[in-house]
Amino acid sequence: MKKILLMMAIVGFSSQAYAENIFENLFRFKGVKPVMNDLYNDSCSECHYAYFPGLLPKRSWEKLMLPDALEDHFGENAELDEEDRVEVLKFLVDNAADTSFYKRSTKIVRSIPEDVTPLRITEVPYIKRKHKDLPDKYVKNNPKVKSLINCDACHRAIDKGIFDDDTILIPNYGYWSELDDD
Amino acid sequence: MKKTLMLAAALLITPLVGNTIGYAAEGGSAIPEMMAKYESEGASNFSAEAGKEMWTKVMPFEHKGEIIKDRSCSVCHHVVPTNPGKHAKTGKEIAPMTLSAVSTNRKGEQVPRFSEAKKIKKWFKRNCKWTYGRECTAQEKGNFLAFFKSL
Repeated sequence: MKKILLMMAIVGFSSQAYAENIFENLFRFKGVKPVMNDLYNDSCSECHYAYFPGLLPKRSWEKLMLPDALEDHFGENAELDEEDRVEVLKFLVDNAADTSFYKRSTKIVRSIPEDVTPLRITEVPYIKRKHKDLPDKYVKNNPKVKSLINCDACHRAIDKGIFDDDTILIPNYGYWSELDDD
Repeated sequence: MKKTLMLAAALLITPLVGNTIGYAAEGGSAIPEMMAKYESEGASNFSAEAGKEMWTKVMPFEHKGEIIKDRSCSVCHHVVPTNPGKHAKTGKEIAPMTLSAVSTNRKGEQVPRFSEAKKIKKWFKRNCKWTYGRECTAQEKGNFLAFFKSL
């Protein structure tokens, strides 16, 4: 009898945890669509984090992926074979912020004037607002962060497309929700 | 009898396990292919010494009106390439330039470095242009590969 109860407890708890893992984000569209692509990773994530396509509108990705633009990608050479370039561009455009109904993507799109095409995610007004007045000690002068371009340094649930305050842990300082300022 | 059978089964299974869990390709496996390609373009006698020398060499060039004179491979890849490197701007860690360092291929699988020809081509193109303002010659590329092989 005891053995049966023990087995039930084990199966019960582990299946609950398993189910939670599967269903937790099933109908969650609050953040950015955590979509990925092996070729995109291979082409674009060896120098920096592989940014979700839902962080910029289509027109931004199109501009960034022009052959000339890749040759001088913010001072680096990010050239790709033409067939790879076309495939990566398609992935980005198909999943861009203006095609997404994920909440943060729609906020990103709404915050950008129609005649503006930001090339940097950190230039998007919505994102600028969210990171406004961050003390240098957390970012620029923090050797484990260095710059806002390293999103994954602080946004610890980024792989799920989640950027919420309660998932931010600033290396060398602590959880955002527990920090004194702000 | 039982123990012998179990031992035999274990021995038979290990190569299968090794193939699925282990690397999908051998380290440096695309180097011979690339070297053959460079030889067909007229290069020969690849020298690890020459590769090593060029590794830390700065070759200034003009770009959009200004002279760039602070770039060499070692800026990102470390002066001693058996050490991990670090991207000068983003800080992202770069695996050592050795045959056994871990890399990720176009399918997202973990493979040893230099096992994909396309990847070697891509990075030579990007990095030579960034570092020297031009593509590396077949001879220079072959020398670099010889250098990495020797590490």
